Amino acid sequence: MEKFTKFQGIAAPMPLINIDTDMLIPKQFLKTIERTGLGKNLFYEMRYDQSGNIIKDFVLNFEPYSKSSIIVGGANFGCGSSREHAPWALKDFGIKCVISTSFADIFFNNCFKNGILAIVLSDKDRDTLMDDAQNTEKSVLTIDLENQIILRRNGDSIKFEVDDFKKYCLLNGLDDIGLTLKNFEKISEFEKNYTDKFSWS
Amino acid sequence: MSKFKTLYDKIWDNHLIYSNDDTSLIYIDRHLVHEVTSPQAFEGLRTAGRRVHSPQKTIAVPDHNVATTPDRLTNFGNEEGRKQLETLDKNAKEFGVHYYPVNDIRQGIVHIIGPEQGWTLPGMTIVCGDSHTATHGAFGALAHGIGTSEVEHVLATQTLIQQKSKNMKVEVYGKLGKGVTAKDITLSIIGKTGTAGGTGHVIEYCGSAIRDLSMEGRMTVCNMAIEGGARAGLIAPDEKTINYLRDKPNAPKGKEWDKALEFWKTLFSDENATFDKEVSLNAADIAPVVTWGTSPEDVLPITEKVPSLSNFEGSKIDAAKRSLDYMGLKPGIRLQDINVDAVFIGSCTNGRIEDLREVERIVRGKKVKSGVRAMVVPGSGLVKKQAEEEGIANVLIEAGFDWRMPGCSMCLAMNADQLLPEERCAATSNRNFEGRQGRGGRTHLMSPAMAAAAAITGRLTDVRDL
Repeated sequence: MEKFTKFQGIAAPMPLINIDTDMLIPKQFLKTIERTGLGKNLFYEMRYDQSGNIIKDFVLNFEPYSKSSIIVGGANFGCGSSREHAPWALKDFGIKCVISTSFADIFFNNCFKNGILAIVLSDKDRDTLMDDAQNTEKSVLTIDLENQIILRRNGDSIKFEVDDFKKYCLLNGLDDIGLTLKNFEKISEFEKNYTDKFSWS
Repeated sequence: MSKFKTLYDKIWDNHLIYSNDDTSLIYIDRHLVHEVTSPQAFEGLRTAGRRVHSPQKTIAVPDHNVATTPDRLTNFGNEEGRKQLETLDKNAKEFGVHYYPVNDIRQGIVHIIGPEQGWTLPGMTIVCGDSHTATHGAFGALAHGIGTSEVEHVLATQTLIQQKSKNMKVEVYGKLGKGVTAKDITLSIIGKTGTAGGTGHVIEYCGSAIRDLSMEGRMTVCNMAIEGGARAGLIAPDEKTINYLRDKPNAPKGKEWDKALEFWKTLFSDENATFDKEVSLNAADIAPVVTWGTSPEDVLPITEKVPSLSNFEGSKIDAAKRSLDYMGLKPGIRLQDINVDAVFIGSCTNGRIEDLREVERIVRGKKVKSGVRAMVVPGSGLVKKQAEEEGIANVLIEAGFDWRMPGCSMCLAMNADQLLPEERCAATSNRNFEGRQGRGGRTHLMSPAMAAAAAITGRLTDVRDL
């Protein structure tokens, strides 16, 4: 996985609550056996009409937001299914960071596994950034994971929390499986004791 | 830490390999795999030269994409979906995991066949690349959905990196009224707590109304824990659980069964265990419900009217407006005056034998309203067979229902079973999101009994009036 470095990008405002995984990537695109190429289908039914034409007033369809790398979203972002196609599509589109007041658990985890930083903020801080995002003169934000701050255009910064392990993995671009297998002996020992005790399992 | 533990705490502790700060590695007992969320994970293993750590604990079945027409073995219907099935077939054989291919009578929706085949046992940790894995919590197993990266992690290590969730208790006390079912319980809970009410928590469902439910009903309740934001739902095992599991093909036998039984009896929340969040509902207050909007929390008793925007506050106003526009509904009309074009009975929420018996009870001797297309998709080949042997299938076919082969079907509409734009459906599935059952399709979630009633009258109907 690529290392997550400090970056500056355009933030798209998506204030709708409960943006679900069916909106993020409808089921007809789940038939792929690849992880890439889904960006064009991100938010498919909101971006394109039934004939496949671009819906001009959808935020990711017009400048400058068509080049967004950040989404500032409504509460309960990513609710619904476990499909990792949702962060795959976000990543393929170019989104590296999603900011909201709350995320669905599975989606939240899936983001980090794909190098996308999901940031939970208070209503107040999120609203501040939503206002910034909605104003094209202020919509460029800088995401600094190392120092856990979001830098606004006016020079102010907003602090955010992130789990230490997730931060470490993102900054170093680490693959979970490799990390876990470093503890292979601990797993084997656990497995042996466990199997002795719960032999039917 | 308290010496008193919740059921979740007990299962967690039994599977904890180690913890570093907030992050833990837990051992996984069962890994269920289907064709949609696994191809990239197997490919990852292959690229890295890794094997499946415990193929004997890994169970693969195609369900999301499979056609439900009788000729599906020769006429798959869509090329990309067929490719996913072939990929699963290849991966299951190459990596040597348990496998129920589409021509096996035991094939079905992954969350139906796990319990049916006795893979799902109390006290286990169970994962699957599917959010409705919560279903297995009905057996007192810690079961939740994972993403494809995590599928690969579990395949490679039989473990999962997790952060421990908080404990939430949902008690449903008292007795359910006539015509009220497990689906009404689970939808009413979400109506009360909201779709993010359980976020960060594992829910334990308890109380007399939960105890009174059959195993099938308990699976329906736990299945929708995810729709309430919780990763997992749990119900402590009891005599009903044990009776269900006895004689299931992969349940322990003989002395192993006795040993397991002793252990299963310890699986309950200690009386003084504390929960981070508690919610309670009186079963007597729960009515047959339907959803009116595009979030499972948009739920109301069937006797109500479509809400007006003045009922909402803050960011929910815009969401409700969008929902009503999408659903083509005007505030103030009676829910019972909403006509339906289609009826879908099936899914991991309500595709079990008890659900089909309930539908048969409502439609026996009646006909599906002319102009309504009504489809029943059994949850597994064995459910289908049993329903045919019990005469249920005949009654449903006589009434005008389309009797299909097992799979996820119109719950997520990955195969050809889809709603047309603006087509309105009474569905026993679990999600009413925009486009879920087909682009522009309008989904009203409800119980099998309510969906059966809607099929007969052609409109949303209070099953108690039939």
